[in-house]
Amino acid sequence: MPAVQETVDQVRRIDVDQYKYGFETIIESDKAPKGLNEDTVRFISEKKNEPAWMLEWRLEAFRRWLTMREPTWARVDYPKIDYQDYYYYSAPKKKPALNSLDEVDPEILRTYEKLGIPLREQEMLAGVVRPEGERRVAVDAVFDSVSVATTFQAELKKSGVIFMPISEALREHPDLVKKYIGSVVPVTDNFFATLNSAVFSDGSFVYVPPGVRCPMELSTYFRINEKDTGQFERTLIIADKGSYVSYLEGCTAPMRDEHQLHAAVVELVALEDAEIKYSTVQNWYPGDAEGKGGIFNFVTKRGDCREKNSKISWTQVETGSAITWKYPSCILRGDNSRGEFYSIAISNGRQQVDSGTKMIHLGKNTTSRIISKGIAAGKSQNTYRGLVSAHRKASNARNFTNCDSLLVGDKCGAHTVPYLEAKNSSAVFEHEATTSKISEDMLFYCRQRGLSAEEATALVVNGFVKDVLQQLPMEFAVEAQKLISISLEGSVG
Amino acid sequence: MSLLQIKNLHVEIDGKKILNGLDLTIEKGTVHAIMGPNGSGKSTLAYVLAGKADYEVTEGDVLLDGRSILDMAPDERAAKGLFLAFQYPVEIPGVATMTFLRTAVNAQRKKRGEGEYSTPDFLKKVREAAAKLEIDPDMLKRSVNVGFSGGEKKRAEILQMTMFEPRLAVLDETDSGLDIDALKVVSEGVNRLRSPERAFLVITHYQRLLDHIVPDVVHVMSRGRIVKTGGKELALELEARGYAQYAEAAE
Repeated sequence: MPAVQETVDQVRRIDVDQYKYGFETIIESDKAPKGLNEDTVRFISEKKNEPAWMLEWRLEAFRRWLTMREPTWARVDYPKIDYQDYYYYSAPKKKPALNSLDEVDPEILRTYEKLGIPLREQEMLAGVVRPEGERRVAVDAVFDSVSVATTFQAELKKSGVIFMPISEALREHPDLVKKYIGSVVPVTDNFFATLNSAVFSDGSFVYVPPGVRCPMELSTYFRINEKDTGQFERTLIIADKGSYVSYLEGCTAPMRDEHQLHAAVVELVALEDAEIKYSTVQNWYPGDAEGKGGIFNFVTKRGDCREKNSKISWTQVETGSAITWKYPSCILRGDNSRGEFYSIAISNGRQQVDSGTKMIHLGKNTTSRIISKGIAAGKSQNTYRGLVSAHRKASNARNFTNCDSLLVGDKCGAHTVPYLEAKNSSAVFEHEATTSKISEDMLFYCRQRGLSAEEATALVVNGFVKDVLQQLPMEFAVEAQKLISISLEGSVG
Repeated sequence: MSLLQIKNLHVEIDGKKILNGLDLTIEKGTVHAIMGPNGSGKSTLAYVLAGKADYEVTEGDVLLDGRSILDMAPDERAAKGLFLAFQYPVEIPGVATMTFLRTAVNAQRKKRGEGEYSTPDFLKKVREAAAKLEIDPDMLKRSVNVGFSGGEKKRAEILQMTMFEPRLAVLDETDSGLDIDALKVVSEGVNRLRSPERAFLVITHYQRLLDHIVPDVVHVMSRGRIVKTGGKELALELEARGYAQYAEAAE
């Protein structure tokens, strides 16, 4: 497996003192006035040309949100957020034409070029045609608040797969959206999800019809560009009976002294015999070494294995953000359904991560598997928080959890907070957890063989996270390895 | 010029003196053995040569090709051709042995300004070397040293040495934990690498390893310095009479 070497090489070529994605693209944008009130919600809905019911849905969420309190139970510490101090809508002024990539603002395309993700996304955006049979990725790129381009529309259409910005889906497939939106993460779910419901500006919508195996990986690329902008994207994926889809998501943001707010909602629905695989590489700007700037990332991701034999798998590589508050979860409602969560969460500098998952066993013979690898370096704090529960009717629920933490240096912290609730006596839950330190002996051994301190750390960490990396689609695995190395820069002697 | 020159080396760890004015010169193409009782400082010498932190050199110098290496990081020393076969090879979970070898060999080559091996060439070389050391090809896919038996670990060290092609190889008690068959395989692996350009420093307790890897020079170490130097027959004498007499010599 030569990927480790590639990682090392790529890292060497990169100016690692800089957050690689910390550039700003100057493009004219169309913004809502700063602050948040009912008019802001109306403004967004109107901009998007939404049906009346959607506006009502948003307003209801907004009113509800006003009565809610920001949660404080996570092991993260940040200054109070002034929600009136953000822009809730920002769109590139030049209206992107969705049928032709040529009409996308060249500045935006250049931005994607600079992002340099070796996922061929750039190529996809540029419309490069790949030989038949090669794996391809369809990309929906969300720039600040709107989708810029969705590639491979025609081919997806042929197989019946709908993949488009959710704002467009609201116009073209209102019944589908109405049926499923808020059905996994209710409007009232939590402070951040409710906020998102009120002001979400765009995101992706996927519907895979019965029996269809989506012919390519679907991918969304998020970038927050505007100053003081909150990004509130909403993703809704429905896999109808017997279908399969794999979805990838990547995120970056420019460097800013101020904190930027990100509160996304992702809802997945898997019907009978369907499978959804959702992978994330999150690389939002983490702030500088002193903790200045960086993204506040409050995300609600939940999958509903709604019918029997369905399966949802979350894989995440989290290296960015100043604050991460994120628990991709599975509701195992259908009998024999299966939920999986594979996570690598790396924190360095002053980053704070509180992340994990919830596996809610409701149906019979449901199984879940959690593999979490937390790596804390610098002065960061890294918490795994997970819930596994079996409803009283969930006979034969099975869970296996493995949480490993690795400490790099002695000024960081790793914490594991598992919650287990079994209300059915046939449930079998297994939990394994380890915390280890990257040992001096291991590093010395690698260095005696010719690796620098940083190469040695990257190698050891890549070994530590291997079980999870294997779950990622190939294109992402290489990218993820690179990110891991970059995010650990400066963490050793 | 001598390949390695150790001059009046004094080393402490946590304020405790371990090496006490050690002198040693090794020429290219020779095999030196260092024997001595437990606690005489043999392993410390190996670690100090390789550049392990925690050891403080308070006096003296170590020259490789006439240049001091004491300020060099361990990886720089490795790139200069210094290899240490560990007494206790370290486990690295999740990193396949083949990946590790390739990453490390290419890192060294890069530091020396040499090109990287192409993947097929490299795989072929490793497989050939592994076969000679009777290493199961499956072992190359397993994580570095994880779950290896004592013998497998030592053979893997010799495999690494073969791939790195070092100029000075330090073998720290490579015979410990080996049965007689493994000892033979490992010794043959070392002997195959003997060349006019390469030198070995073999650290051992027992004479039996030196039946297989026949040294040019044998040193006896006691209390942090070399107290006697002779030919290969010195090892036999030690085997027969023990170290006690040299403990006094070091006083």
